[in-house]
Amino acid sequence: MAAKKSSKKPNVSKEELLQYYKDMLLIRRFEEKAGQLYGMGLIGGFCHLYIGQEAVVVGLEAAAKEGDKRITSYRDHGHMLACGMDPKGVMAELTGREGGYSKGKGGSMHMFSKEKHFYGGHGIVAAQVPLGAGLAFSDKYRGNDNVTFTYFGDGAANQGQVYETYNMAELWDLPVIFVIENNQYAMGTSVQRSTKSPSLWERGAAYGIEGEEVDGMDVLAVKAAGEKAVAHCRAGKGPYILEIKTYRYRGHSMSDPAKYRTREEVQKMRDERDCIEQVRDLLLTGKHATEDDLKAVDKEIKAIVNDAAEFSKESPEPALEELYTDIYMEAEA
Amino acid sequence: MATEILMPALSPTMEEGTLAKWLVKEGDTVSSGDILAEIETDKATMEFEAVDEGTIGKILVPEGSEGVKVNTAIAVLVEEGESADDIATPAPAAEPATAAAPVDAQVDRAPAAPVAVVVPKETEIPEGTEMKATTVRVALRDAMAEEMRRSENVFLMGEEVAEYQGAYKISEGLLDEFGSKRVIDTPITEHGFAGIGVGAAFGGLNPIVEFMTFNFAMQAIDQILNSAAKTLYMSGGQMGAPIVFRGPNGAAARVGAQHSQDYAAWYAQIPGLKVVMPYSAADAKGLLKTAIRDPNPVIFLENEILYGQSFDVPQMDDYTVPFGKAKIWREGSDVTIVSFGIGMKYALEAADELAKEGIAAEVIDLRTLRPMDMPAVIESVKKTNRCVTVEEGFPVCSIGSYISSRIMMEAFDYLDAPVINCTGKDVPMPYAANLEKLALTTTKEVMDAVKAVTYR
Repeated sequence: MAAKKSSKKPNVSKEELLQYYKDMLLIRRFEEKAGQLYGMGLIGGFCHLYIGQEAVVVGLEAAAKEGDKRITSYRDHGHMLACGMDPKGVMAELTGREGGYSKGKGGSMHMFSKEKHFYGGHGIVAAQVPLGAGLAFSDKYRGNDNVTFTYFGDGAANQGQVYETYNMAELWDLPVIFVIENNQYAMGTSVQRSTKSPSLWERGAAYGIEGEEVDGMDVLAVKAAGEKAVAHCRAGKGPYILEIKTYRYRGHSMSDPAKYRTREEVQKMRDERDCIEQVRDLLLTGKHATEDDLKAVDKEIKAIVNDAAEFSKESPEPALEELYTDIYMEAEA
Repeated sequence: MATEILMPALSPTMEEGTLAKWLVKEGDTVSSGDILAEIETDKATMEFEAVDEGTIGKILVPEGSEGVKVNTAIAVLVEEGESADDIATPAPAAEPATAAAPVDAQVDRAPAAPVAVVVPKETEIPEGTEMKATTVRVALRDAMAEEMRRSENVFLMGEEVAEYQGAYKISEGLLDEFGSKRVIDTPITEHGFAGIGVGAAFGGLNPIVEFMTFNFAMQAIDQILNSAAKTLYMSGGQMGAPIVFRGPNGAAARVGAQHSQDYAAWYAQIPGLKVVMPYSAADAKGLLKTAIRDPNPVIFLENEILYGQSFDVPQMDDYTVPFGKAKIWREGSDVTIVSFGIGMKYALEAADELAKEGIAAEVIDLRTLRPMDMPAVIESVKKTNRCVTVEEGFPVCSIGSYISSRIMMEAFDYLDAPVINCTGKDVPMPYAANLEKLALTTTKEVMDAVKAVTYR
């Protein structure tokens, strides 16, 4: 498979590059396994896979520091793995088991980790956008320099609450990075069929928010843009918009036959622009790794994913008593 | 090791499908992501991709097969060095996934009942405590100010809450005392600032979000229900939203259909929310302080007409009123009148008039609708054997209809008459003064209802 060579010089060390490769590969293999478990009936309901978009979260996580927050939509497995959540806990949530991050009560679309500052996992398109600005508000209120990565798709970008949020985020200089993951299809509706705006990030200009478009298939470009956005927010200059052009290889959810695009279009993306192949190419041509090294990485990732799958099958279903827990938090006496 | 390729489930409801077409043949090598077959579900034709790499050793289900059950082995994948001939007979179909799930003996157990509400004790008002006539407006303001002094994490946001001093002057003076960091004017953007408030609560702050009226909260209903109320549950108890949404609710006077709705029953239906609707100034103060301290999302429904009314408020350092505890305003043995919020005005007026006619009404103020103090209502009905409910909201699926059904289930044998619900009429609020009066419930209606259930 010939990958298009990245025009960018790597602005990272060999170790970092190898780490991005591992992180992206983990997401891809994890999602493939999730698709398989869905097919077997072990995962139910809606299941939105992240395959193809791995460079977005891995690149941005490379620009984050401890205490930074992240929040996203229902296509959330990649974000959770990228911020260091345990693949076992994520997979067990997909299978609806006690060992899942939400004890099986959230499912694919609703997972959280206070420890990793991951605030979900939200199923209503664009609802996470004001929530993300609110998280950023809490950091500004406390006077620290943390930022919140608020991810949403090209589909969500047409929701009114996004613009209500842009307005207040800029008005109050909130340290929030609006990450538009433009994978070009809102379920089955292409961007061209949903707006005449030539670009989504430029809409921020109406509110005075700076931003830029980023090649989302190039993890190094994403990282570089992420660093710029983070620096802007940490300096107290308010929000920043990154419109990251990416592509999802699979359907919108597991039950989407994806008839709104051609097989050739998907294959061309996979063959020429794949984010993992690009890094693989950099590692090999730069002599940072050998084929054998990468084979060992593949094996290591496969073992992690298989362990997660096993755990997700072995972990018991939640106790029936769980039906009535976690509805209210106890008030302090 | 040979791996079976199983018939996949390709939608949340798929149990079987048609294997329409194989895109690979025996002997082909495949890698993950390659399309193996086209499968027709009841909704669509889907492409089925390989997860593992290897060689297609044997195709077990030919293309064109209909009604292939999910998890049936449809092909066998072999690794390097293996041959299709190694597979003597097709492997048996895998067990359905449900069998793999460790359901153990739980199926026989009934789900646990909801945990009974533990009603905390009301702050005791010591003998000799000074009582001061205070308006509901000032009581609410004092509650916010006291809680903002108590915790740096408490802040107020909403339209006109700061510079303007509150559209209804509830936040008068707060900007001066706490500054613009903690008393924040928002643009007119309910959906957006409700979401920002919930996000700030996820981030550990304790926002008070004021809606200029609860009619406008409909713009934000998704954030209140889907984000604030459900997150604690969806996160398995990891994080929730300690936030208060407050503002006037229900009819004011002559403001028409879009500004005159009582949303009590709407919010009271939602697990994860707490819903408060005070009548008196003391309760308004004590309940709002409790709401601000509560770690859950609280809907605090005020009333514009009550804002200017004065009630005795105990002059204490820290007067709080617990959730889930009704207040008996008046004891009586002939009938139980249950109400909340401004409905209490009609209930108490009716009870005064009825007393003159020799009917002793017991008047219960629910104060909080979720949790609701049903034990207090049931206990009273067991004594009086009759009940009338009073509220301003619409009659269909009202708070009164819920109370009626609970009484029927829990005190049926004690009832000497059907429960009557006094409610607003089943119409949008009209503007004309005479029609508006007709649309609201009245003291007279409550009295008539009491006479009906007491057969007078």
